[in-house]
Parts: sequence; C-alpha cells; structure tokens
Amino acid sequence: MSQPVVDLSPRPSDEIRQTTCYMCACRCGINVHLKSGKVSYIEGNRDHPVNRGVLCAKGASGIRQITAPSRLRAPMRRVGPRGSGAFEEISWDEALATAVGWMAPLRATAPEKLAFFTGRDQSQSLTGWWAQAFGTPNYAAHGGFCSVNMAAAGIYTIGGAFWEFGAPDWDRTRLFVMFGVAEDHDSNPIKIGLGKLKARGVRVIAVNPIRTGYNAIADDWLGITPGTDGLLILSLIHCLLEAGKVDLDYLARWTNAPLMVNATEGPEKGLFLRNAESQPFVIDRRTGQPAPWDGKGVEPDLGALWQGHRTVFRHLAERYLAPDHAPEAVAGRVGIPAPRIRALAADLARTAFDEAIVLDQPWTDFRGDRHAAMPGRPVSFHAMRGISAHSNGFQTARALHLLQILLGAVEVPGGYRLKPPYPKPMEAHPTPHFAAVPGRPLSGPHLGYVRTPEQLALKPDGSPARIDKAFSWENPFSAHGLMHMVIPNAHAGDPYRIDTLFLYMANMAWNSSMNTAKVMEMLTERDAAGDYLVPRIICADAYASEMVAYADLILPDTTYLERHDCISLLDRPISEPGAAGDAIRWPVVAADRDVRGFQSVLLDLGARLGLPGMAEADGSPTYRDYADYIVRHQRKPGVGPLMGFRGDGEETGRGAPNPAQLDRYIAQGGFFQAHVPAEAAFYKPWNAAYQDWAVAMGFYESPQPYLFALWSEPMRRFQLAAEGHGALQPPDRLRSQLRQAMDPLPIWYPPFGDAAAPYGYPLHALTQRPMAMYHSWGSQNGWLRQIHGRNTLYLPTGVWEEGGFAEGDWARVTSPTGVIEVPAAHMAALNPLTVWTWNAIGKRRGAWALHPDAPEGTTGFLLNHLIHELLPERGDGLRWSNSDPVTGQAAWFDLRVRVDRIAPQDASRPQFAVLPAVAGAAQNSSRKNFAKDFAKSLARTVRGRRP
Amino acid sequence: MTSLPPRVERKLGLVIDLDTCVGCHACVTACKGWNDQGAGLSDQDPHGADPSGTFLNRVHSYQVQPAAGAPQIVNFPRSCLHCDKAPCVTVCPTGASYKRAEDGIVLVDAAACIGCGLCAWACPYGAREMDAAEGVMKKCTLCVDRIYNEALPEADRLPACVRTCPTGARHFGDLSDPESEVSLLVAERGGYDLMPEMGTAPVNRYLPPRPKPRPAQASLLAPLLDIQATGIAGWLDRLLGRL
Repeated sequence: MSQPVVDLSPRPSDEIRQTTCYMCACRCGINVHLKSGKVSYIEGNRDHPVNRGVLCAKGASGIRQITAPSRLRAPMRRVGPRGSGAFEEISWDEALATAVGWMAPLRATAPEKLAFFTGRDQSQSLTGWWAQAFGTPNYAAHGGFCSVNMAAAGIYTIGGAFWEFGAPDWDRTRLFVMFGVAEDHDSNPIKIGLGKLKARGVRVIAVNPIRTGYNAIADDWLGITPGTDGLLILSLIHCLLEAGKVDLDYLARWTNAPLMVNATEGPEKGLFLRNAESQPFVIDRRTGQPAPWDGKGVEPDLGALWQGHRTVFRHLAERYLAPDHAPEAVAGRVGIPAPRIRALAADLARTAFDEAIVLDQPWTDFRGDRHAAMPGRPVSFHAMRGISAHSNGFQTARALHLLQILLGAVEVPGGYRLKPPYPKPMEAHPTPHFAAVPGRPLSGPHLGYVRTPEQLALKPDGSPARIDKAFSWENPFSAHGLMHMVIPNAHAGDPYRIDTLFLYMANMAWNSSMNTAKVMEMLTERDAAGDYLVPRIICADAYASEMVAYADLILPDTTYLERHDCISLLDRPISEPGAAGDAIRWPVVAADRDVRGFQSVLLDLGARLGLPGMAEADGSPTYRDYADYIVRHQRKPGVGPLMGFRGDGEETGRGAPNPAQLDRYIAQGGFFQAHVPAEAAFYKPWNAAYQDWAVAMGFYESPQPYLFALWSEPMRRFQLAAEGHGALQPPDRLRSQLRQAMDPLPIWYPPFGDAAAPYGYPLHALTQRPMAMYHSWGSQNGWLRQIHGRNTLYLPTGVWEEGGFAEGDWARVTSPTGVIEVPAAHMAALNPLTVWTWNAIGKRRGAWALHPDAPEGTTGFLLNHLIHELLPERGDGLRWSNSDPVTGQAAWFDLRVRVDRIAPQDASRPQFAVLPAVAGAAQNSSRKNFAKDFAKSLARTVRGRRP
Repeated sequence: MTSLPPRVERKLGLVIDLDTCVGCHACVTACKGWNDQGAGLSDQDPHGADPSGTFLNRVHSYQVQPAAGAPQIVNFPRSCLHCDKAPCVTVCPTGASYKRAEDGIVLVDAAACIGCGLCAWACPYGAREMDAAEGVMKKCTLCVDRIYNEALPEADRLPACVRTCPTGARHFGDLSDPESEVSLLVAERGGYDLMPEMGTAPVNRYLPPRPKPRPAQASLLAPLLDIQATGIAGWLDRLLGRL
C-alpha cells in the first residue's frame, strides 16, 4: 500500500510582522504570521533578548484575543443605573467631549478630584506624565496591590529589585534559591534560566508553602508557613555569621557595613556619623582613624569602635547572632525543622565560598582602585509575591537582600545581576510630588522614594494629600501608591471625596480589590441627594471586564496587536544584565471596529484639555498620536521614549528625535539593544566603566556610585520621628507601628493577619497564578480557559482528613470578615497550615462575554471576599489599611481562615447578579452555530466523507 | 485493518524531560496554533458553559509521594508517541492511520478517515483527538509540515512544541541513531518507555525526574567559636583576624 502524499513544505504564511507580546508583563518578541491580512499564527522571535524564540502558553494564544467576544466595539455611555450594564454606543467625539466636560472643570478648580489609576504599569512614563500635567496628585499603577514591597525594598537596599529588574547569572550560578515564586513577571526568562540550570545539574531550592509552578522541579522544597520567610532568612543569616561565612571584603568595600552609626542619645542617634564635609565615614584599618568612605586605598574596619560609636556590621552581628534567631528558636514557627535550616545555610556557604569563581576581567572601581579580576559567588536568588504580599513583606524582602549581600552575591559573577538602567541608588530617584494647584501641572512626578519625613505627601494640616494615602505616616515608602484603597477611601471620603475615577485596564470591581462584594456596593452607593458617592467613573479597556460594567463612560482600547506602544527605558524596559534594551509594539493588523489605542486617546484628551506638553499655543494637538509622541517627545534634551536610532539614526541613548526611528525598530524586529562593555558587566554600582557608560546612555547625568544599604538611614529617620525627634511628628496612634516597621536593619514581625489566628482561624489561605494565565488580561481566552477554566480550594492532608473530606465535597471557608463556599480537593505537597486556589479563574457570571453558566462564574471563586481592605476595628474610629506599614502593599497573603466541610453545591458562594452583555461585546450563547455546522457538513459530503 | 511498514528508515520522535518541565502549557498552545491553521483544530463553544476543543498535546500534573521525602508534582506532557508497533494503525479499517516508512511518524490521512474512533480506543495513551466539527481523528504529526519545510528557516524545522518550550524540556531527533543527541540524552538520563507492558514500543521517551537527595547533614557549618562564652567581641576578633 502506498503512503498518502503529504505536503511537507506548506508556505507558513504570507508575511511575518515582528512586534512585542502583551499577553502578560514579560514583553517577549513575537513573530506574528499573517495570511490574507489576518493573524494566522504567533511564535517567539528567535533574535529577541527576552525570549530567544520561545513563547509561553499565553503568547501563542494571543491570536484568540483579537477575536474574543468580550472585545468592546465602540465608545459607550451608561444609560441605566450604574452597574446595571445598560449602555449605549456613542461617537468618539462625544465620548472625548464628555470626558473633557467632566475633567476640565476639575482641573480649573480642584485637580485632585480626578483620580487616574492604571491596572497595568507599563506606559507609566506616559500616563504619569499626563497625570502630572493635569495636576492631580492621585495617580499610580497597580504596584501597590502587586509587589511594591519587592520593588521598594530592592531600591532602598541594593538600588534595584528582583521583579524583572535583575536576573540570576544563569550561566554561572551553582545554587539557585526561590522564595515565594510559582511564576513571575519575567516568565520566559526565568523558564529559560531554569532550563539552563537543569541542563547543568545545578541545584534548585524552592521555599514556598505550595508546591506548584517552578517549585515542582525544585531539587529541594521547603514548605514554609506563610509570612515567616523573614524569620527563616534571618536564621540563615544567624548561621552564616555564627560560622564566619560572610564575604568580609565585599562588605567592607561595597556596602555600608563599615560606616559608623551615631550612638549619641538624641535626634542623630542611629544616623551615620558625618565628617566636616557632611559625608559618612569609616575607620581605616591602616591608621585606626576616620577616613572617607570613598577614599582611594582606604581599608575600612568592619569591626570598628570609635568614641563609643559602632559600625553597621557590629550592629547587625549583635542582632542576628542573638539566640532568638537560631534555627532551633524559629523552626516551629517557620514550619521547617532546624537541621534543614542549618543544611540550607551550609549549602549557601559551601557554594558561595568553597565554589567561588573568578572572571579574568580587570576593572577599576569608583575609588580609582584597580582590580585584576572579578571574583564571583555562584549563589543566586529570586523572590516575589509570596514574601512580598504580607504586612511584613518589605522587611522580609530587605532581609533577603541582606542575605545576598552577606554572601557577596549581588552584581558579581554567578550571583544576582541588575539590568540597566539599574543599578541606580535610591538617591537618584525622585521624591513624591503631590501639591495640587488649580489649573497648574504638578511640580514633578507623583511616585518616588522618600528619604525623610519632610518628603511625605501631607497637606499643611498633616492629612494625606493623596486619595490612597500613599506617602503618609501610615505607609511612608508607598512608592507605587495604594490602588486597592482608592475606591474605599473615595467612598468613605477619607481623606476627602473625589469626582471622577479614571481607570485603565483595572478590574477593581472584581479580582483586583479586596472585599470585592463591598467594593461593588461602594461603586453604586448614593448620598442623600441621590448622587453616587463616587460621582463619575471612566474605564478604558479592550474587554468587557467586571469593572467596565460600573463605568459611566467607556473608552474602548485596541488589542496589543493593533496599536503602537513603547517598552521604554523611562519605565520598564527589556534590558538584560549585559545590555540595555527597549522595544515597540506597532499595529501589525488594523482594528476591525471603532476602538482606539488608549495612549493615543490619552494624548488626545490632553490636547483637548490644553495640558502643557500636549497642546500647542493655538490649541492644536502637539502629537498626532502615540506613535508621534514616541518619536518626538523628549524627557530631557536628546532623551526620549526610545534609545535606539536617534539623531541621524546612528546615535544611541542620547540624540535628537529621528522621524525614521519607528521604521528602524520595525525593520530590526521591534527592539533595540545597547550592550554593556565587558569591563562594565559586573560590580556595576561601583564600576567606573559602567558608571561612565550609564552617563553616556542618558540614565543619569553624572556617575552615581553608592554603597548597598544594610542599614537604612531613611528608615531610621522615620523611627526617630516616631521616638519624638524632629519637627514633623507622626500621629501618636502610629508611633509604635513606625518604631517597629521602620527598623533600619531587617527584622521580622508576625504578619498583622496573624492576630486573628487565636480566634478560630488556624489556617493560611493563599492564591497562586497558573502559568498559562499569569498577569494576563486573557483569562477569558478561548484556548486558555480550556486549560484553566475551573478552580478548587486545595487542602493539605491533615485538614482534609481531620475535616472528613471526601472527593467531591465542598468547603465553607470563613475568615474574620467573610465566608465563601467552594469546591475542595486534596493536595499533599502543601504546608500543613495552608489552603490555596488559583487566582484569576473565578469570574462574575456574564462578565467577559462568557456564557452565564460558564464554570468560571458558577463554581469558580475568588478569595477576595475573605480579605478586607481594612484591619479589624480597634475602637478608635479610625480605618487601618490591611497593608504593609512601610509601603502600603496590599497584604493579600496575611489572610487567616478556617475550613469546614459542606455537601456538594451547585454554585460557589457568594454569587452576584448576572452581568448583562455589555453592548458592543458579543453576546455569547451556547447555541450552536448551525449555519457553520451545515457548511462543514456539506463540505464533508461533497468530499465523500461520513457526515 | 492497516499494516505497519516492515521497517522504518528513521525513528523521529520527542524526548521529554520530566525533571525540567514546569507545566507551563506553552507546548500545548504552540501546537494548537500551528496545527489549527494546517489541520484545523476545532473548538466547541470556546466561550460557553462547557468548552471543549481539539488539542494534539496536553499537559497533566500529577502528585507523587516518594517513599521518602516531600511529595512532588510531576508535569506530564502527553501526545502521540509514534509507536513502532502502533495499535492505532493496525486497528484502522480504512488505511487512514498509517506509519511513514521514511521516518516512523504516525499520521492520519483525513481524506480516508471515517471518524469511527477505533484508533482512539486502541491507543493506550489517549493521544488521539476526534475533531468534533469535522468528524475526523486528529493527532500529533510531529509537525511533519515543519520539520522538512523548505519555506521555513532551517533552525525552525522543528516541531512547534519543541521550538517554543521555554525550559528546553522537549527534544526532537532520530531515536534510531544511537549517536543522535536525543539518543545520548536517553542513555545518560535513563529515558524510559511509557507503559512498555502495552507492547506498543513507543518511539518518544520520557526522562524521569532526577533523584532529589537531601543535602548531607554532615556538612553543617561549624561555629567560629563559642559566642556565648566570648561575646560578640571575641567573635569579631576571630572573624576579622582572618581578613
């Protein structure tokens, strides 16, 4: 029998267009194949630095986002009561005129009454600039309910963060430890890296209460009790110090360990001693005398005692060598036996010191000292939400950076490396700007890094200047704002009322808010006069999310394949440790409906409002659209959104705007890289060659060498204030919280949620995000929901057995503030006190154009109903945010619950009214498409096949 | 009934590393995407109450409790194993299912498939998927329309799942050649046949999770000295004396 003939070389497509994925925040390069002008296939771009050709489950499914029935079709205005889902289509002119009609009077009288918050934190250099020009202090992205603890702790400690702002030296590291990471922003790079480690047989250790995601392939898994990572890390530090396994040379040269801490009682206590030039100083081992911290040839004495003052190193040794940090003292609370903690410490020490590596690369440090080679400590770490989303997350993230530093494993071969424009010292970041003046722009950027109490965003009367109370005494270092508090605060009129809430890609009426059911009520509650307490809501989005149903005005966005975008060094670029990188998106297909890219709409609004920088003197728009802005906007002379092909097309970093810039990017695959010179590739914060390169690139105007901050002076300044020093004083009710949380050396304290434990809430409840949906706006995707369309609550063996659970049972989950009823399942690979479910599966029935009986809506569920945005009342009449007291990060993972078995149910509880399909988004019914079926049947019949 | 070729010239197949697969499903949608435009892989009610669709590659996650140590999660990608003794071929009443003599790839000739489903019944791996819209059986083609495709750059002449796998857990090659990279990998890592007792002689191999020994307790760190006795000062002297 002869074999059928198969076409082995079908033409894959008519054309490939290369752009940047936006199925999540990873920013991979993609090849978008087109057939007859339509997207036919999406694959990874082999030349792209982020993904090197690979692509995740979301990326290949992007093709289904264009055709998603949930896509909005045209601008819309609410015509029924808010939240009823009754809308009518209007023209763009009418939509923009409506928005301007609401916003212009606010700008003229009280700019702070516009609150502009974006769910996605890319394009922040545009959205922030717009909000600054408008003049409202109320702007941020979603970092406050995501992982600002990681970002802020990193910036304050090492001048860069985990997140995607750095990476392990995957090719050289010999031990990799993950804390609280199932999947992450840097999704494909981490997977590529893990693959490299596995191929080399490198040991991977996972610290996580739940063994999902990356933890599955770990060689060792430590199922830690949630919220105790800091305790574990400080115990590892105890072991390393006890054995003398710390990198003394690294500490003396590159960190503030040898700086002298003022011991004199009074307003300077705990700050660094300073010399006549107001510079901190060290004691030189050669002379025993004070010497400049940055002096050439100085050999700082880590153990110095000088006139009763001690070094940072002495302070930290005293703290962490204390017996309360010994493994045996913390094992019970952490849920990991002491010998395993000691074994992990030994693993770290052996790899860092016994397997040390050296790169044969001479370099010169900022002091002018020449080094013959680059020694490396091949131990690397990664951490994310698991440690970050707790009320002790900032200090825990600081503790992890301290551990890395003590091992000498940051910015060295084999260790953790930062990606340009990081490393960058906290001092090189702006401070918050917040003073609203009618008709005027804000004097500077909203978000920044506070160094002293004087920089808090407070009004003259001491009340918070921002609606989310960011940069207030409640959370002084809230570098990403507190988006999760905007609606509750606006509803409560605390600290004041707003008029218009303007949201972009933010699902605050569902899984991005704590206490979701109540937030939905807040959005529809009216005052005595019948007006909504949150008077106006504008939503910009591409899809009919749960939040869009609460909009008064909908500005429909395009998909990522239909618009321009830039992934800029001014916000979140695609750099690698060895190269600065940026990228673009461009319309690889045209939108088939009356939608507009949000960034272009924002510029249009800015022009109509006459905002500085967006409108010419004659009122005409400065920029035609976002693409025009990307090319022509300059943040400072010669520095714009994109670094590549500037000036005559050959200039990098700095150079005049080049009208052909976008064409050059497109021709090169949609991205640009500038490689770090070999001599500058490691030790970047202290490397003269790197500092010079960074200045040439336009990252900063002069070299910015700095020391890693084991001891945080900004934190100590807040502690001093809490102790009563200084002119600016916190409210008395916050003094003890500040004294604890703002400790200048990393500490551990129990997560605030633990206070509920003794009252019948023995368990921790967490969420994990499935890789195929991590950080995606596409969980309604027709392919992806076939992979993850249902979620259950996973119970550890002990809870399962003691509760008498059997397969098919459901669980009633009770927290101090809420109850849910959900399907349950058993999972052995769990911390024995932890229950969990997948995040972002559960949807409100009718939302996202899914059928009302879709499992996401019927049995799917959120834990959000169990989590209150406020801590339990303390009888003082005040509202205490359920957030980290340093940064305001939403403390999602502090949640404590109890679980009871219930009989199988038809639907999870709570349930809400089915959302009607938003006009414009297609109505989805399960009715079969008979016409299509008939056509297929006919085709088969004609070809002579069985129907 | 359909005959298997008396001999195959090569045995192309996949080697899948279960020690490295993180269960991300990248291979699942890359496969779906590539084959949807070639073979057409239908979805039924993709935004409805009970969505289903044709996927030629799926990933399952299993909990495993080793004799000693912590419970593990093993992610297990599942697709056609292109068996030497493919029961799906011999059971086919029309000759639609066949194994290629030149490379061993098992394919379905859609024009000859009557959608009877016998092959799915015969396959012990559940690796065949009935396309509900077309009434035709679909299966992994090992991307036969990619691996020889002269319209693709040479580097891309790989199955879509292998090209996209972010961790590099999927390998493609000729398992009849003992010197091929995939054969060497199988030899080195103890690659195994899935369910050998079924007598299907699968070509694809799985590399088992590596044993995960706990670190030796013997190597624990020794304290520099008795800190309780010497105090921090004594500890510092000992520590810094070595500087």
